[in-house]
Amino acid sequence: MLKINNLHASVEDKGILKGINLEVKAGEVHAIMGPNGSGKSTLASVIAGKEEYEVTEGNILLEGEDIEELAAEERAHKGVFLSFQYPVEIPGVSVTNFMKTAINETRKAKGLEDMPAKDMLKLIREKSEMLEIDRKFLSRSLNEGFSGGEKKRNEIFQMAMLEPKLAILDETDSGLDIDALRIVANGVNKLKSKDNAVIVITHYQRLLDYIVPDYVHVLHNGKIVKSGTKELAHELEAKGYDWIKEEVGA
Amino acid sequence: MSLKEKLVSSFMAFENTLDVDSPIHDIRTEAIKTFETEGFPTKREEDWKYTSLNSVLKHDYSVFPKHENALEFKDVKKYFIHEIDSYKIIFIDGKYSSHLSQTTHDGLDVCLMSAALNKPKYRLIIENYFNKIAPKNGLSSLNTAFSAEGAYIHIPKNKLVAKPIQIIHFSTGNEAALMLQPRNLVVVDENSHVQIIERHQSLTDNPVLTNSVTEIFANKRAIVDYYKIQNDNENASLIDNTFVNQKQESHAKVHTFSFGGKLIRNNLNFYQNGERIDSTMKGITIIGNKQHVDHNTLVHHIEPNCESHQDYKGIFDDSSTGVFNGKVVVEKEAQKTNAFQANNNILISDKASINTKPQLEIFADDVKCSHGCTIGQLDESAMFYLRSRGIPEKEARALLMFAFSNNVLDSVKIPEIKNRITKIIANKLGVNIGFDL
Repeated sequence: MLKINNLHASVEDKGILKGINLEVKAGEVHAIMGPNGSGKSTLASVIAGKEEYEVTEGNILLEGEDIEELAAEERAHKGVFLSFQYPVEIPGVSVTNFMKTAINETRKAKGLEDMPAKDMLKLIREKSEMLEIDRKFLSRSLNEGFSGGEKKRNEIFQMAMLEPKLAILDETDSGLDIDALRIVANGVNKLKSKDNAVIVITHYQRLLDYIVPDYVHVLHNGKIVKSGTKELAHELEAKGYDWIKEEVGA
Repeated sequence: MSLKEKLVSSFMAFENTLDVDSPIHDIRTEAIKTFETEGFPTKREEDWKYTSLNSVLKHDYSVFPKHENALEFKDVKKYFIHEIDSYKIIFIDGKYSSHLSQTTHDGLDVCLMSAALNKPKYRLIIENYFNKIAPKNGLSSLNTAFSAEGAYIHIPKNKLVAKPIQIIHFSTGNEAALMLQPRNLVVVDENSHVQIIERHQSLTDNPVLTNSVTEIFANKRAIVDYYKIQNDNENASLIDNTFVNQKQESHAKVHTFSFGGKLIRNNLNFYQNGERIDSTMKGITIIGNKQHVDHNTLVHHIEPNCESHQDYKGIFDDSSTGVFNGKVVVEKEAQKTNAFQANNNILISDKASINTKPQLEIFADDVKCSHGCTIGQLDESAMFYLRSRGIPEKEARALLMFAFSNNVLDSVKIPEIKNRITKIIANKLGVNIGFDL
């Protein structure tokens, strides 16, 4: 599904990713953990195609294809989805119409006709029920005045609507109370299949109790310094990150 | 010979054709004197600091078109809001087109200014209202002097006019360069309600300059909804002078949609002569290339307990330039006034510019007045968010711009106008998405 080779990326000439190697196969869940400033969100943004980051070395292959030159929307059309750590507020665009536009633009890119309105409504109803989202919420302006939890739930709603191949959840657990966390994790688990993959970026182990990873990677100073199974997450939770920093001699 | 000299000498010829007993004959002769003294405004005047008329005054305009022209409805249908039943007052090169129009005298008068100026039965209204609120400056006076044609609308009391009235001025390009001076009078009596749509459309690349004056009287509890669609081609310029006089408890709204034209100047004045009046002016400006749009507004709060709302959005691309100059005057007697003004702008290109200037003159002490101007760029993080969901760059940009101006469309009461404006915006932004936001 996703293969990252020796990825170096910088923003405004400041190197942030310094040689990431990562392979994620279909059906897998990978967790990326690490202290603040280690490059977790940068990695997510670089995969999703944020233009302000410059890839200086290495490459990102999605199903064997180098996506480095593709625009964010083209990556989305190929099935990359980023759940934002800080979803952007867009006044004047309702959640429903945003989703309609996103789905139909993706269909257009694939040479398909617009989704019939009836099917769209059905899909919206189905997915919003899954995430226990109130109908009224869907006619509100995108993320405007949403609570932290509502924003995150809305991100996963969008993921459910778009059914990506590769979903990257960037700190989706931050700002969620335990009930919302359960709903969101439940949604992600329902969307998981043998044909797609999920990368969970998180600071804490809490979310990983609900979305159980096959692999856990520790990112530090722009590099993956340790990989393991879900037990590694527990160890990090118990001992913090300092021992890793010492281990790698940072 | 300068345009001013040409106009002044043309007036002498024009005067010979006029009826000296007409109620407005003295008004005209007075007006041409004012124009002779004042001339066209220049950048030396505070109100014209950011708009120069030099580039539009340099053409050798025909003042009285020599030819009569006809147009077929099918060829110009797209400029009408044709999906709805409406009254229509249509002009081609300044001359009335009975073929394209649909006027009425059945319980209300929707007809021609030329008829109103010449027939005795309109004399009382003309004497009471004509040129009563147009300021005595050069441009308005010039129009007054040459007033010959335009729309005359009189709605007697307690009348809810079910059909909107469309006023469209076409120019065909039969003249190498044409100057038009339409004059409209709208009188809406007590408890009546009317909706009016106005458009100026040039059909060729020959230069056109329109200096239009519209006087609107909203009497007690009257409701007036006025929509201006300014989407002309880049050789046509428009100076729109619209003056609204309101009596107690009346509501008047003017929406101005400025998407096209070489130079547009909107002088829009509201005078509140009564209590509990509501005045609303809203606008969306989306321009590019070297286009220039200037909104110059005035609300004069004269009596207590009135409101005014101004909301103008502007999006400027390429080397286009915009001006917003919004003046709110609250007289000492106008206590409990609520006056709101907002002007928000997005500059898409480094070469585009906007000059925005709120001007508040408040003499009363118990009022709520707010104003705010913003100038910014499109939010890059919002762009990435939309694009990461599969919405391509151009569409994402359009969606954000549309969302930015959307609240101005909220108060448009005729759905077909809203649809049309939405389509014009989509077209202008080069996208094919239904913004049904």
